[in-house]
Amino acid sequence: MSDLAWIFISALLVNNFTLYYFLGLCPFFGVSSKVSVAVRLGLATIFVMIITSLAATFLTTFVLPHAPYLKLISFIIVIASTVQFVEMVIKKLSPTLFRAMGIFLPLITTNCAILFLALTQTSKEYTLVQGLVFALGAGGGFTIALALMAGLREEGELSKVPNIVKGTALNMIIAGLLSLAFMGFAGLFSA
Amino acid sequence: MSATKSYSEEFLKGIWKENPVFIQVLGMCPMLAVTNTAVNAIAMGVATAFVLLGSSILVSLLRKVIAKPVRISTYIVIIATFVTVADYSIEAFSPALHRELGAFIALIVVNCLILGRQEAYSSKNTVGFAIVDASGMAIGFAFALFCLGATREILGFGTFFGSPIFGEHFEPWVIMALPPGGFLMLGFILLFFNWLEQRKKGAAV
Repeated sequence: MSDLAWIFISALLVNNFTLYYFLGLCPFFGVSSKVSVAVRLGLATIFVMIITSLAATFLTTFVLPHAPYLKLISFIIVIASTVQFVEMVIKKLSPTLFRAMGIFLPLITTNCAILFLALTQTSKEYTLVQGLVFALGAGGGFTIALALMAGLREEGELSKVPNIVKGTALNMIIAGLLSLAFMGFAGLFSA
Repeated sequence: MSATKSYSEEFLKGIWKENPVFIQVLGMCPMLAVTNTAVNAIAMGVATAFVLLGSSILVSLLRKVIAKPVRISTYIVIIATFVTVADYSIEAFSPALHRELGAFIALIVVNCLILGRQEAYSSKNTVGFAIVDASGMAIGFAFALFCLGATREILGFGTFFGSPIFGEHFEPWVIMALPPGGFLMLGFILLFFNWLEQRKKGAAV
Protein backbone atom coordinates (compact mmCIF):
# COMPACT_ATOMS: atom_id res chain seq x y z
CA MET A 1 0.00 0.00 0.00
CA SER A 2 2.74 2.43 0.94
CA ASP A 3 4.28 1.57 -2.40
CA LEU A 4 1.18 2.88 -4.19
CA ALA A 5 1.12 6.01 -2.05
CA TRP A 6 4.76 6.60 -2.88
CA ILE A 7 4.14 6.29 -6.62
CA PHE A 8 1.21 8.70 -6.36
CA ILE A 9 2.91 11.42 -4.31
CA SER A 10 6.10 11.14 -6.30
CA ALA A 11 4.31 11.64 -9.62
CA LEU A 12 2.06 14.34 -8.17
CA LEU A 13 4.59 16.56 -6.42
CA VAL A 14 8.17 15.45 -6.14
CA ASN A 15 8.79 14.50 -9.75
CA ASN A 16 6.03 16.67 -11.13
CA PHE A 17 5.83 15.93 -14.84
CA THR A 18 5.66 19.54 -15.92
CA LEU A 19 7.93 21.30 -13.47
CA TYR A 20 10.52 18.58 -12.96
CA TYR A 21 10.63 16.64 -16.24
CA PHE A 22 9.56 19.53 -18.50
CA LEU A 23 6.74 17.58 -20.06
CA GLY A 24 3.59 18.99 -21.57
CA LEU A 25 4.99 22.48 -21.87
CA CYS A 26 2.99 23.43 -24.95
CA PRO A 27 -0.39 23.34 -23.18
CA PHE A 28 1.35 24.57 -20.03
CA PHE A 29 2.17 27.84 -21.75
CA GLY A 30 -0.63 27.79 -24.30
CA VAL A 31 -3.78 27.14 -22.25
CA SER A 32 -2.76 28.65 -18.94
CA SER A 33 -4.32 32.07 -19.33
CA LYS A 34 -7.55 31.20 -17.45
CA VAL A 35 -7.91 28.95 -14.42
CA SER A 36 -11.28 27.42 -15.39
CA VAL A 37 -10.09 26.32 -18.85
CA ALA A 38 -6.79 25.13 -17.42
CA VAL A 39 -8.50 22.85 -14.89
CA ARG A 40 -10.76 21.32 -17.53
CA LEU A 41 -7.89 20.68 -19.89
CA GLY A 42 -6.14 19.06 -16.94
CA LEU A 43 -9.11 16.78 -16.35
CA ALA A 44 -9.24 15.79 -20.03
CA THR A 45 -5.53 15.00 -19.84
CA ILE A 46 -6.01 12.85 -16.72
CA PHE A 47 -8.68 10.90 -18.56
CA VAL A 48 -6.47 10.30 -21.59
CA MET A 49 -3.62 9.32 -19.27
CA ILE A 50 -5.71 6.69 -17.48
CA ILE A 51 -6.86 5.11 -20.73
CA THR A 52 -3.32 5.20 -22.07
CA SER A 53 -1.99 3.59 -18.93
CA LEU A 54 -4.52 0.75 -19.24
CA ALA A 55 -3.77 0.28 -22.91
CA ALA A 56 -0.01 0.38 -22.30
CA THR A 57 -0.30 -2.40 -19.73
CA PHE A 58 -2.17 -4.59 -22.18
CA LEU A 59 0.18 -3.80 -25.03
CA THR A 60 3.27 -4.60 -22.97
CA THR A 61 1.77 -7.90 -21.82
CA PHE A 62 0.37 -9.18 -25.08
CA VAL A 63 1.88 -7.42 -28.08
CA LEU A 64 5.30 -6.03 -27.31
CA PRO A 65 7.04 -9.26 -26.29
CA HIS A 66 6.58 -10.34 -29.91
CA ALA A 67 7.46 -7.05 -31.57
CA PRO A 68 9.42 -4.70 -29.29
CA TYR A 69 10.15 -2.25 -32.11
CA LEU A 70 6.45 -1.42 -32.34
CA LYS A 71 6.47 0.15 -28.88
CA LEU A 72 6.47 3.80 -29.89
CA ILE A 73 4.14 3.37 -32.83
CA SER A 74 1.54 1.37 -30.95
CA PHE A 75 1.58 3.74 -27.97
CA ILE A 76 1.14 6.79 -30.09
CA ILE A 77 -1.75 5.25 -31.99
CA VAL A 78 -3.55 4.43 -28.75
CA ILE A 79 -3.05 7.97 -27.52
CA ALA A 80 -4.21 9.52 -30.77
CA SER A 81 -7.41 7.48 -30.84
CA THR A 82 -8.21 8.22 -27.20
CA VAL A 83 -7.78 11.92 -27.80
CA GLN A 84 -10.03 11.72 -30.84
CA PHE A 85 -12.66 10.07 -28.65
CA VAL A 86 -12.38 12.68 -25.88
CA GLU A 87 -12.64 15.39 -28.49
CA MET A 88 -15.91 13.99 -29.83
CA VAL A 89 -17.35 13.60 -26.32
CA ILE A 90 -16.49 17.15 -25.28
CA LYS A 91 -17.81 18.57 -28.55
CA LYS A 92 -21.11 16.80 -27.88
CA LEU A 93 -21.39 17.65 -24.18
CA SER A 94 -20.05 21.19 -24.06
CA PRO A 95 -19.50 23.10 -27.30
CA THR A 96 -18.40 26.17 -25.32
CA LEU A 97 -15.60 24.30 -23.62
CA PHE A 98 -14.70 22.76 -26.96
CA ARG A 99 -14.20 26.23 -28.44
CA ALA A 100 -12.29 27.53 -25.42
CA MET A 101 -9.74 24.72 -25.66
CA GLY A 102 -9.40 25.17 -29.39
CA ILE A 103 -6.36 23.64 -30.98
CA PHE A 104 -5.02 22.42 -27.66
CA LEU A 105 -7.57 19.63 -27.42
CA PRO A 106 -6.30 17.65 -30.41
CA LEU A 107 -2.80 18.64 -29.35
CA ILE A 108 -3.16 16.46 -26.24
CA THR A 109 -1.93 13.79 -28.66
CA THR A 110 1.42 15.49 -28.86
CA ASN A 111 1.50 16.18 -25.13
CA CYS A 112 4.74 14.46 -24.32
CA ALA A 113 3.62 13.86 -20.74
CA ILE A 114 1.26 11.14 -21.94
CA LEU A 115 3.77 9.27 -24.06
CA PHE A 116 6.33 9.64 -21.27
CA LEU A 117 3.83 8.12 -18.86
CA ALA A 118 3.36 5.08 -21.08
CA LEU A 119 7.11 4.66 -21.60
CA THR A 120 7.98 5.08 -17.93
CA GLN A 121 5.43 2.64 -16.64
CA THR A 122 6.68 0.12 -19.19
CA SER A 123 10.31 0.55 -18.27
CA LYS A 124 9.55 0.42 -14.54
CA GLU A 125 7.35 -2.65 -15.10
CA TYR A 126 4.41 -1.33 -13.12
CA THR A 127 1.43 -3.61 -12.62
CA LEU A 128 -2.04 -2.61 -13.77
CA VAL A 129 -2.93 -0.97 -10.44
CA GLN A 130 0.44 0.71 -10.03
CA GLY A 131 0.12 2.06 -13.55
CA LEU A 132 -3.31 3.51 -12.86
CA VAL A 133 -2.11 5.19 -9.65
CA PHE A 134 0.88 6.54 -11.53
CA ALA A 135 -1.40 7.94 -14.24
CA LEU A 136 -3.66 9.59 -11.64
CA GLY A 137 -0.71 11.14 -9.86
CA ALA A 138 0.96 12.36 -13.04
CA GLY A 139 -2.27 13.78 -14.44
CA GLY A 140 -3.06 15.40 -11.12
CA GLY A 141 0.38 16.92 -10.97
CA PHE A 142 -0.01 18.30 -14.48
CA THR A 143 -3.41 19.78 -13.56
CA ILE A 144 -2.01 21.39 -10.41
CA ALA A 145 0.88 22.92 -12.32
CA LEU A 146 -1.43 24.17 -15.06
CA ALA A 147 -3.91 25.66 -12.58
CA LEU A 148 -1.18 27.35 -10.53
CA MET A 149 0.38 28.80 -13.64
CA ALA A 150 -3.01 30.07 -14.85
CA GLY A 151 -3.66 31.66 -11.47
CA LEU A 152 -0.31 33.41 -11.49
CA ARG A 153 -0.86 34.63 -15.02
CA GLU A 154 -4.33 35.97 -14.19
CA GLU A 155 -2.75 38.03 -11.42
CA GLY A 156 0.07 39.03 -13.72
CA GLU A 157 -2.40 40.52 -16.18
CA LEU A 158 -3.26 43.19 -13.62
CA SER A 159 0.25 44.20 -12.74
CA LYS A 160 2.42 46.58 -14.70
CA VAL A 161 5.26 44.86 -16.53
CA PRO A 162 7.75 46.45 -18.90
CA ASN A 163 6.89 45.78 -22.54
CA ILE A 164 10.06 43.92 -23.15
CA VAL A 165 9.29 41.11 -20.67
CA LYS A 166 5.70 40.59 -21.77
CA GLY A 167 4.69 37.26 -23.27
CA THR A 168 6.69 34.09 -23.28
CA ALA A 169 9.75 35.47 -21.54
CA LEU A 170 7.73 36.43 -18.48
CA ASN A 171 5.84 33.11 -18.45
CA MET A 172 9.11 31.26 -18.63
CA ILE A 173 10.49 33.10 -15.63
CA ILE A 174 7.26 32.53 -13.68
CA ALA A 175 7.55 28.83 -14.50
CA GLY A 176 11.13 28.86 -13.30
CA LEU A 177 10.10 30.26 -9.93
CA LEU A 178 7.22 27.78 -9.69
CA SER A 179 9.60 24.95 -10.46
CA LEU A 180 11.95 26.28 -7.79
CA ALA A 181 9.10 26.15 -5.28
CA PHE A 182 8.24 22.58 -6.26
CA MET A 183 11.84 21.55 -5.65
CA GLY A 184 11.01 21.98 -1.98
CA PHE A 185 8.96 18.77 -2.20
CA ALA A 186 12.12 16.85 -2.99
CA GLY A 187 12.78 16.72 0.77
CA LEU A 188 9.59 14.71 1.31
CA PHE A 189 11.27 11.39 0.67
CA SER A 190 14.81 12.00 1.70
CA ALA A 191 14.43 9.85 4.81
CA MET B 1 5.22 28.98 -56.55
CA SER B 2 8.92 28.28 -56.77
CA ALA B 3 9.43 31.54 -58.61
CA THR B 4 8.59 33.60 -55.54
CA LYS B 5 10.94 31.98 -53.07
CA SER B 6 14.57 31.04 -53.16
CA TYR B 7 16.25 28.05 -51.60
CA SER B 8 18.65 30.13 -49.56
CA GLU B 9 15.86 32.25 -48.09
CA GLU B 10 13.86 29.20 -47.09
CA PHE B 11 16.96 27.75 -45.49
CA LEU B 12 17.97 30.84 -43.55
CA LYS B 13 14.53 31.62 -42.15
CA GLY B 14 14.68 28.50 -39.97
CA ILE B 15 17.95 29.55 -38.45
CA TRP B 16 17.17 33.10 -37.52
CA LYS B 17 13.97 34.86 -38.60
CA GLU B 18 11.64 31.98 -37.77
CA ASN B 19 13.87 30.14 -35.33
CA PRO B 20 11.71 27.31 -33.98
CA VAL B 21 12.66 27.89 -30.37
CA PHE B 22 13.39 31.57 -29.92
CA ILE B 23 10.69 32.95 -32.19
CA GLN B 24 8.04 30.27 -32.62
CA VAL B 25 8.49 28.75 -29.14
CA LEU B 26 8.02 25.18 -30.36
CA GLY B 27 9.57 21.95 -29.16
CA MET B 28 10.06 23.22 -25.64
CA CYS B 29 9.99 19.92 -23.79
CA PRO B 30 13.17 18.32 -25.16
CA MET B 31 14.64 21.79 -25.34
CA LEU B 32 14.57 22.23 -21.58
CA ALA B 33 14.90 18.67 -20.42
CA VAL B 34 18.17 17.60 -22.00
CA THR B 35 20.06 20.86 -22.16
CA ASN B 36 22.03 20.74 -18.92
CA THR B 37 25.26 20.03 -20.81
CA ALA B 38 26.48 21.01 -24.26
CA VAL B 39 27.10 17.41 -25.35
CA ASN B 40 23.57 16.31 -24.53
CA ALA B 41 22.20 19.33 -26.34
CA ILE B 42 24.13 18.52 -29.51
CA ALA B 43 23.16 14.84 -29.43
CA MET B 44 19.53 15.82 -29.09
CA GLY B 45 19.90 18.34 -31.91
CA VAL B 46 21.38 15.74 -34.25
CA ALA B 47 18.73 13.13 -33.44
CA THR B 48 15.95 15.65 -33.98
CA ALA B 49 17.53 16.81 -37.24
CA PHE B 50 17.63 13.23 -38.53
CA VAL B 51 13.96 12.63 -37.71
CA LEU B 52 12.86 16.00 -39.08
CA LEU B 53 14.75 15.57 -42.33
CA GLY B 54 13.66 11.97 -42.85
CA SER B 55 10.01 12.56 -42.20
CA SER B 56 9.95 15.80 -44.20
CA ILE B 57 11.29 14.02 -47.26
CA LEU B 58 8.83 11.16 -46.91
CA VAL B 59 5.82 13.38 -46.23
CA SER B 60 6.71 15.61 -49.15
CA LEU B 61 7.05 12.60 -51.47
CA LEU B 62 3.76 11.16 -50.31
CA ARG B 63 1.87 14.44 -50.15
CA LYS B 64 -0.43 13.56 -53.06
CA VAL B 65 -1.13 10.07 -51.71
CA ILE B 66 -2.02 10.87 -48.11
CA ALA B 67 -5.75 11.45 -47.66
CA LYS B 68 -6.62 14.68 -45.88
CA PRO B 69 -8.75 13.33 -42.99
CA VAL B 70 -6.07 10.90 -41.83
CA ARG B 71 -3.03 13.07 -42.52
CA ILE B 72 -2.11 13.82 -38.91
CA SER B 73 -2.12 10.15 -37.93
CA THR B 74 -0.10 9.33 -41.03
CA TYR B 75 2.51 11.97 -40.17
CA ILE B 76 2.72 10.68 -36.61
CA VAL B 77 3.28 7.12 -37.77
CA ILE B 78 5.99 8.26 -40.22
CA ILE B 79 7.67 10.30 -37.49
CA ALA B 80 7.41 7.44 -34.99
CA THR B 81 9.12 5.13 -37.46
CA PHE B 82 12.08 7.47 -37.88
CA VAL B 83 12.32 7.99 -34.14
CA THR B 84 12.43 4.24 -33.59
CA VAL B 85 15.33 4.07 -36.05
CA ALA B 86 17.14 6.91 -34.27
CA ASP B 87 16.47 5.39 -30.85
CA TYR B 88 17.91 1.99 -31.77
CA SER B 89 20.90 3.53 -33.59
CA ILE B 90 21.89 5.69 -30.63
CA GLU B 91 21.54 2.73 -28.31
CA ALA B 92 23.86 0.73 -30.57
CA PHE B 93 26.50 3.43 -31.07
CA SER B 94 26.65 4.95 -27.62
CA PRO B 95 24.81 3.24 -24.75
CA ALA B 96 26.08 5.88 -22.31
CA LEU B 97 24.54 8.71 -24.27
CA HIS B 98 21.35 6.69 -24.64
CA ARG B 99 21.11 6.37 -20.86
CA GLU B 100 21.77 10.05 -20.40
CA LEU B 101 19.05 11.17 -22.78
CA GLY B 102 16.71 8.47 -21.55
CA ALA B 103 13.12 8.65 -22.65
CA PHE B 104 13.67 11.94 -24.40
CA ILE B 105 14.81 10.29 -27.61
CA ALA B 106 11.48 8.48 -27.80
CA LEU B 107 9.75 11.73 -26.99
CA ILE B 108 11.01 13.27 -30.24
CA VAL B 109 7.82 11.72 -31.65
CA VAL B 110 5.73 14.29 -29.87
CA ASN B 111 8.00 17.25 -30.57
CA CYS B 112 5.48 19.73 -31.91
CA LEU B 113 8.16 21.31 -34.09
CA ILE B 114 8.38 18.21 -36.29
CA LEU B 115 4.65 17.65 -36.67
CA GLY B 116 4.22 21.38 -37.24
CA ARG B 117 6.68 21.42 -40.14
CA GLN B 118 4.96 18.45 -41.80
CA GLU B 119 1.56 20.07 -41.55
CA ALA B 120 2.66 23.59 -42.45
CA TYR B 121 5.37 22.96 -45.02
CA SER B 122 6.32 19.50 -46.27
CA SER B 123 2.75 18.53 -47.13
CA LYS B 124 2.49 21.53 -49.44
CA ASN B 125 5.90 21.76 -51.09
CA THR B 126 8.19 19.82 -53.38
CA VAL B 127 10.90 17.56 -52.02
CA GLY B 128 13.68 20.07 -52.72
CA PHE B 129 12.05 22.80 -50.69
CA ALA B 130 11.04 20.35 -47.97
CA ILE B 131 14.68 19.31 -47.54
CA VAL B 132 15.87 22.89 -47.43
CA ASP B 133 13.21 23.93 -44.97
CA ALA B 134 13.80 20.92 -42.74
CA SER B 135 17.56 21.50 -42.68
CA GLY B 136 17.11 25.15 -41.82
CA MET B 137 14.68 24.39 -39.01
CA ALA B 138 16.85 21.54 -37.71
CA ILE B 139 19.94 23.75 -37.61
CA GLY B 140 17.97 26.52 -35.93
CA PHE B 141 16.71 24.07 -33.34
CA ALA B 142 20.15 22.59 -32.72
CA PHE B 143 21.61 26.09 -32.45
CA ALA B 144 19.03 27.00 -29.79
CA LEU B 145 19.67 23.75 -27.93
CA PHE B 146 23.38 24.41 -28.00
CA CYS B 147 23.02 28.01 -26.72
CA LEU B 148 20.96 26.83 -23.78
CA GLY B 149 23.02 23.71 -23.11
CA ALA B 150 26.34 25.55 -23.19
CA THR B 151 25.21 28.39 -20.90
CA ARG B 152 23.68 25.99 -18.43
CA GLU B 153 26.77 23.80 -18.40
CA ILE B 154 29.11 26.74 -17.92
CA LEU B 155 27.07 28.23 -15.09
CA GLY B 156 25.87 25.01 -13.51
CA PHE B 157 29.03 22.90 -13.58
CA GLY B 158 31.74 25.40 -14.50
CA THR B 159 32.72 23.25 -17.47
CA PHE B 160 32.45 23.38 -21.26
CA PHE B 161 32.21 20.04 -23.06
CA GLY B 162 33.32 18.44 -19.82
CA SER B 163 36.56 20.38 -19.34
CA PRO B 164 36.72 22.98 -16.56
CA ILE B 165 37.02 26.56 -17.75
CA PHE B 166 37.13 28.42 -14.48
CA GLY B 167 39.76 28.20 -11.78
CA GLU B 168 39.44 25.94 -8.77
CA HIS B 169 37.67 28.60 -6.79
CA PHE B 170 34.61 28.62 -9.01
CA GLU B 171 31.50 27.78 -7.03
CA PRO B 172 29.08 25.96 -9.41
CA TRP B 173 25.74 27.65 -9.72
CA VAL B 174 23.87 24.43 -9.07
CA ILE B 175 20.41 25.76 -9.77
CA MET B 176 21.30 26.25 -13.44
CA ALA B 177 21.83 22.53 -13.92
CA LEU B 178 18.54 21.73 -12.18
CA PRO B 179 15.08 22.03 -13.77
CA PRO B 180 14.28 25.60 -12.61
CA GLY B 181 17.49 26.80 -14.23
CA GLY B 182 16.21 25.62 -17.59
CA PHE B 183 13.09 27.75 -17.36
CA LEU B 184 14.96 30.79 -16.04
CA MET B 185 17.74 30.60 -18.60
CA LEU B 186 15.34 30.24 -21.51
CA GLY B 187 13.34 33.13 -20.07
CA PHE B 188 16.42 35.31 -20.11
CA ILE B 189 17.39 34.26 -23.62
CA LEU B 190 13.89 35.15 -24.83
CA LEU B 191 14.23 38.47 -23.03
CA PHE B 192 17.40 39.11 -24.96
CA PHE B 193 15.62 38.37 -28.23
CA ASN B 194 12.78 40.74 -27.29
CA TRP B 195 15.36 43.38 -26.58
CA LEU B 196 17.02 42.86 -29.97
CA GLU B 197 13.63 43.07 -31.65
CA GLN B 198 12.75 46.29 -29.88
CA ARG B 199 16.07 47.87 -30.69
CA LYS B 200 15.60 47.02 -34.34
CA LYS B 201 12.15 48.60 -34.32
CA GLY B 202 13.55 51.67 -32.58
CA ALA B 203 16.26 51.97 -35.22
CA ALA B 204 13.72 51.70 -38.04
CA VAL B 205 11.64 54.55 -36.60
